[in-house]
Amino acid sequence: MTGIREVVVVSGKGGTGKTSIVAALASLLTDRVAADCDVDAANLHMILNPVVLEEKKFIGGKKATIDPSRCTSCGKCREVCRFDAISEEFVVNHHSCEGCGACYVLCPAGAVDFPSSLAGSCYICRDKDSGHFVYAELLPGEENSGKLVAMVRNEARAIAEKNGVGLVIIDGPPGIGCPVISSMTGTHVAVIVTEPTISGLHDLERIVGLAQFFNCKVGVIVNKSDVNPDYCKRIEENCTAKGITFLGAIPYDSMVTEAQIQATTILDVAPDSQASEIIRIIHKKLSKILEEL
Amino acid sequence: MNIAIASGKGGTGKTTVAVSLAYYLATSGQSVQYLDCDVEEPNGHLFLKPRIESQRAATVMVPKIIDEKCTFCGECSAKCQYNALVSLPNIPPLVFPGLCHGCGLCIHVCPEGAIGEDKREIGLVEEGTGAGNITFVHGILNVGEAMAVPLIRQVKACSFDSRIHITDAPPGTACPLVATIGDADIVVMVTEPTPFGLHDLSIAVAVAEKLEIPLGIVINRAKDEFPPLENYIKEHGLEVLARIPEDRKIAEHYSRGEIIIEALPEYIPIFHDLAKNIGRVFGKSVIGGKV
Repeated sequence: MTGIREVVVVSGKGGTGKTSIVAALASLLTDRVAADCDVDAANLHMILNPVVLEEKKFIGGKKATIDPSRCTSCGKCREVCRFDAISEEFVVNHHSCEGCGACYVLCPAGAVDFPSSLAGSCYICRDKDSGHFVYAELLPGEENSGKLVAMVRNEARAIAEKNGVGLVIIDGPPGIGCPVISSMTGTHVAVIVTEPTISGLHDLERIVGLAQFFNCKVGVIVNKSDVNPDYCKRIEENCTAKGITFLGAIPYDSMVTEAQIQATTILDVAPDSQASEIIRIIHKKLSKILEEL
Repeated sequence: MNIAIASGKGGTGKTTVAVSLAYYLATSGQSVQYLDCDVEEPNGHLFLKPRIESQRAATVMVPKIIDEKCTFCGECSAKCQYNALVSLPNIPPLVFPGLCHGCGLCIHVCPEGAIGEDKREIGLVEEGTGAGNITFVHGILNVGEAMAVPLIRQVKACSFDSRIHITDAPPGTACPLVATIGDADIVVMVTEPTPFGLHDLSIAVAVAEKLEIPLGIVINRAKDEFPPLENYIKEHGLEVLARIPEDRKIAEHYSRGEIIIEALPEYIPIFHDLAKNIGRVFGKSVIGGKV
């Protein structure tokens, strides 16, 4: 296969250790662009410690505002708004406004303004390993995170293309909704990081379903595997039964948090730990999957 | 009273705290409703094990083009903010239901009255009764469906005037969080003493402050002191409502779907204090009738 390959790391359930694992894999993968697509709770930059080369503004959707001096209080806007975003006093609640423009288009007095506004930033960077890195920050509470994810991925692919880099590794958001779909669509491999808990098991099924929906090759990692060895075994057996590659089981290691505090990876702070050993094995398995694409 | 449990970062223990708090309040005599708004990955039911009494499809409205009335004028697609309608020459517009927010603007702007409405299923809403006689509601987003917010709204529409609502929020700090906590009386932010936990907490706190909702902090997996978090809390004048220690036993019981204060009664006092502190921040007791 030619062209740029994209690997997305997702989890369904939050807090399973995606970012720590992406950071470790990114340090082992030579010749890659790293992209953090968890745009409303980005963390990878805290480990990769990048130098920002360029900041690009992200303009979000539009929001309606009613100008009281032009408003005739006719009530048309309240009648057409399906999101209950306009008060009896004709003030738009920006948290409820979906930016559909119905009030703006249909106001007979032309009293509604409908501007777009800054919703975040996208950063093109070099990380401490001199690798290329792109991440973004959505402003608190903003919408359109899926579009900002698309912007990060486009920038990452453009850099890969420009520099002849063949691989983009994406740190994805939790969940299965809009930003996850945007992170996953068109990628070649989905690495799913789960944990051996009833929640992890439940959420794994849904995210595997999503990855298969997008025709990604799927690999599963169980993190903090020793919290419940029975569940870990069940996940591994489920994967085998479904023909999904089981990449490895990483035991809980308090050095992962220590690495986070030192803004580095467990491979640096505890290179001889079992967790580090297994991450290196996962890296080899992942590289093999990529070669075979 | 609406108590929302949120965090920013995923996996800090929102569901653990929400379930145990709901269970503590219910077993101390309160009437409690639990609303799981983490519709992408709902987990509350794995712990409260509700008996599901009703189930219905959650739908959103989508345009339905009446082909014989359409004159291909393109007005609908020109006004749609979501690119859910695409006009082509000499044929009716294409509808992309997955992009539609159901605002209905296309229906209003069509000069021919050629657009009606259809329903599109995005997930399920289930209601029932769980452990401790807690009234339970959750939404389950269909796999492959992008739009979580309309389903969150439909879950919240099931809240009734019981005394206390416990709302489990999704991770992140974008629109699903706003939709969940927008009408909360207080937000309990569950964090962990790590750099990632603190970073995402600070964004989630900014959301709550923008919405002008009172908030308090629960530090989960508290072990050694993590000075950056303590400093942040102090500088922002925030209140720590509870500290739950790092304890492997909690992780193990959680992994099996058990309610922590039921499995480990030694943690009941922490949730008693959490409830008491929530009442203090809110200015009204949530434990008994006393202020």
